[in-house]
Amino acid sequence: MTEEISKIIAEHGRLSIDVAGLAPDTDLYQAGMTSHASVNVMLALEDHFDIEFPDRMLKRSVFESIGSIEAALVELQSEAVA
Amino acid sequence: MALRVGIDLVSVDSVRESIREHGDRYLKRIYTEGELRDCHTDQGIIAERLAARFAAKEATLKVLRPADEAVPWRTMEVVRHGAGWVEMELSGHAASLAAEAGLSDFVLSISHEADYASATVIAALDLRNRSGDPMRKT
Repeated sequence: MTEEISKIIAEHGRLSIDVAGLAPDTDLYQAGMTSHASVNVMLALEDHFDIEFPDRMLKRSVFESIGSIEAALVELQSEAVA
Repeated sequence: MALRVGIDLVSVDSVRESIREHGDRYLKRIYTEGELRDCHTDQGIIAERLAARFAAKEATLKVLRPADEAVPWRTMEVVRHGAGWVEMELSGHAASLAAEAGLSDFVLSISHEADYASATVIAALDLRNRSGDPMRKT
C-alpha cells in the first residue's frame, strides 16, 4: 500500500522534492504539497482504492504524511469489511 | 475589537488538473451549486474563478484556525453579488467554529490571473463574544 500511496503523491502532490526519498512520517505540506494538491491526492486515492474519505477525515493531519494516509486508508478499508 | 486575516494563493493549473481528472466529483465535493453557477459561462467552467473560490475557502480556514478539525469545503461559500463583489458565507461546522472563536463580519476579496488566483479574508474577532467561552455572560 505504501508504494501505491507514494506513486499517487508523486503524480498529484506537486511536491518540490522526490517522493522516493520521503520517510513515512515526512510532512508532505512541508515538502511543498499545497492544500489544493492535497485535494487531487485525495480524489486519486479514492479512485485507486475504491473508497471515499468521509467529512470527518477531511483535515490536514490525515493527508500530512504517507503514514497518516495509510492509517486512514486501513481504517476505511476495515470499516468497509465490517 | 481585534481582526484576524487569512490569505491564500492557488495554482489555476492545479484546478484544471482536478477538472480534467476528476470532473464532477471534484466540482461537487468542493464547490456549492451557487459557486458552480457563478463560475460557468457559455464557454464552460472557468478554472480561474474556481481557483479564486478555493483560495477563499483556504483563506477562511486560516482565519478560523480549526486546529485539527475537519471543515467541509462546501460550508464556506463565496457568494457573488450582482455588481461583482463577493462575500464569504459560512454554514454548518464552519459557522460553529466562527461563533465559538468570536469571529464575525467576514469580508473577502478575490483576484485571478491566468496562472494564479488569490483571496484575502478578514474577520472581526471579539474575545468577549465567544459562544464556546465558559466565562461568557449572555
